[in-house]
Amino acid sequence: MEKTLNQKAWFLVLPVFLLVAFSAVIPLMTVVNYSLQDTFGNNKFFWAGLEWYTELLHSERLWSAFGRQIIFSAIILAIEVPLGVFVALNMPKKGVWASLCLVLMALPLLIPWNVVGTIWQIFGRVDIGLLGHTLAALGIDYNYTRDPLAAWITIITMDVWHWTSLVALLSYAGLQSIPEAYYQAAKIDQASRWSVFWFIELPKMQGVLMIAILIRFMDSFMIYTEPFVVTGGGPGNATTFLSIDLVKMALGQFDLGPAAAFSLMYFLVVMLVSWVFYTVMTNLDKKAGY
Amino acid sequence: MMGWMAWTLPTAIFFAVIGALLLIMSVLAIRYPETPRMGILRMETTRGDRLFITLLGSAFICLAWLGLVGENLWWVLGVCFVYALAVFRWV
Amino acid sequence: MSIPTPPRRAWINTKAVVMIAYIVFLLLPIYWLINMSLKTNEEIISVFTIWPRHLTFANYKTILTDPAWYMGYVNSMIYVVQNVVISLAVALPAAYAFSRYRFMGDKHLFFWLLSNRMAPPAVFALPFFQLYSSIGLFDTHIAVALAHTLFNVPLAVWILEGFMRGVPKEIDETAYIDGYSFPRFFVRIFMPLIASGIGVAAFFCFMFSWVELLLSRTLTSIDAKPITAVMTRTVSASGMDWGVLAAAGVLTIVPGALVIYFVRNYIAKGFALGRV
Repeated sequence: MEKTLNQKAWFLVLPVFLLVAFSAVIPLMTVVNYSLQDTFGNNKFFWAGLEWYTELLHSERLWSAFGRQIIFSAIILAIEVPLGVFVALNMPKKGVWASLCLVLMALPLLIPWNVVGTIWQIFGRVDIGLLGHTLAALGIDYNYTRDPLAAWITIITMDVWHWTSLVALLSYAGLQSIPEAYYQAAKIDQASRWSVFWFIELPKMQGVLMIAILIRFMDSFMIYTEPFVVTGGGPGNATTFLSIDLVKMALGQFDLGPAAAFSLMYFLVVMLVSWVFYTVMTNLDKKAGY
Repeated sequence: MMGWMAWTLPTAIFFAVIGALLLIMSVLAIRYPETPRMGILRMETTRGDRLFITLLGSAFICLAWLGLVGENLWWVLGVCFVYALAVFRWV
Repeated sequence: MSIPTPPRRAWINTKAVVMIAYIVFLLLPIYWLINMSLKTNEEIISVFTIWPRHLTFANYKTILTDPAWYMGYVNSMIYVVQNVVISLAVALPAAYAFSRYRFMGDKHLFFWLLSNRMAPPAVFALPFFQLYSSIGLFDTHIAVALAHTLFNVPLAVWILEGFMRGVPKEIDETAYIDGYSFPRFFVRIFMPLIASGIGVAAFFCFMFSWVELLLSRTLTSIDAKPITAVMTRTVSASGMDWGVLAAAGVLTIVPGALVIYFVRNYIAKGFALGRV
């Protein structure tokens, strides 16, 4: 659709602009201000210059949290995207079963994040949880509060449980938009299942898959509540991701200066990644002719 | 009321500069409407996009400088300026 | 399509197996939570049972009779509803503007909005705490509702814009020629046309406000404390009260399940626009 040029449209956007400016710009300005100062409470601040930035850029703690975060997001994407596409390909196309699948699959998405954590905290416990108990009965030494590997596996399984449905539902919607005629043409050409997927289904899903990857990357990059409830960032620091570390610093120790500097660097990385994704996405849209 | 925001002169200047840049870009956009062009990143960019790339890139340049070289940020300002010119010329 | 050939039927069966396996994987942990919520604490700790031996509703009774518990649900509902109303009220006109007009800085504005959906709430927790404390809104429902608009308004704009783009522009033009003013056209003609879009946007605003913990916990202490924050304090002197914790968890799933049931036919459509 051709859009008309109309500067008065700004009046329609103004409420959103003001609201988001209030919720986003004022806090960000505050963060910038805090990041250059030191405080001992009572809103008394002292100029600290770039001390916090230098300190954080050389801090083992930040870089290792960053490393863990990257590994976590990479694993999440590597599991959830293919699995979600696979599930979507197997979903019934229409009828009662399709809506039943939709409802059941959407269920984990609607559970408060700390309850997701609680569910898996209980589920994985050796004494009272089904998963932990079963694994223990099979003779596998599994304890997510002591063993870093078990903690990672628990958290990744939890995230797969929680969010794969989102990828699946998005891909499913992309699949639904493929006209039946395409499949019939493929049948006439006697195309294999694989080539139907590779040449028809995957290109049609490209747009929604980009969005799924963007959202899953961003949300796993800022994950806080679920691992915090399950492991509290432990054992040791094994599952301390960026947000957990930041909240510990900001609200736990109330170290305003370092926490603010940390926030800003975190925010910059997020900005960069979302900009790259957004640009790629809009360019794909343009090619698709929206 | 404003005490909690802990304003300082340098940060105020920083935001004033950013605000002024946005204002200048808006005025320019009214006077000379933006036309997208294809740059070396092989994507269409407008003047506003290039400003965004400049600011975001400069932030990372400053951080890298701080982490690798050290405190003196006046030099890095020069680097950022060269980077800005390059972005506006070729991207 | 009417007569399935044998190999095709075999294919359908593998599909069914995959789906059943996946859905069992999804439901098993939830079943376990429900199972625990119907047991006594003695049973939970002493014996390992796949289903409750001594069925009890005492855990639910504790929650539904103790104000400290059930007010958590009330508080959560209040700010979630406030948030949905605010988000939709400001997002509707903005989405219309984005879907119909080009204006100065529109693309940058759109990206700026979206970047707030992507920003980690942990970054905003501290400044929000300071901001809402300084304007005297700390521990009120509206503070949490406003904080959640940070990610819900961009989301609502994004979803609604997609739906509005699908409405032909001729409808607007005809209405203006017929003498409709903009507000009257928008409410009387346009909003009914995108009713399903508004439903989907409301659903996602509800969802993300309902599931969020970090900001709602940071911005409240007593009066507006959400259920998710209440739940983090079930550790008593005698150890964890697992039964009550599980029951509280089950009760937080109920509103979500109800909402999904009502919008089930629109979810696919909302996802179809690929905008979550």
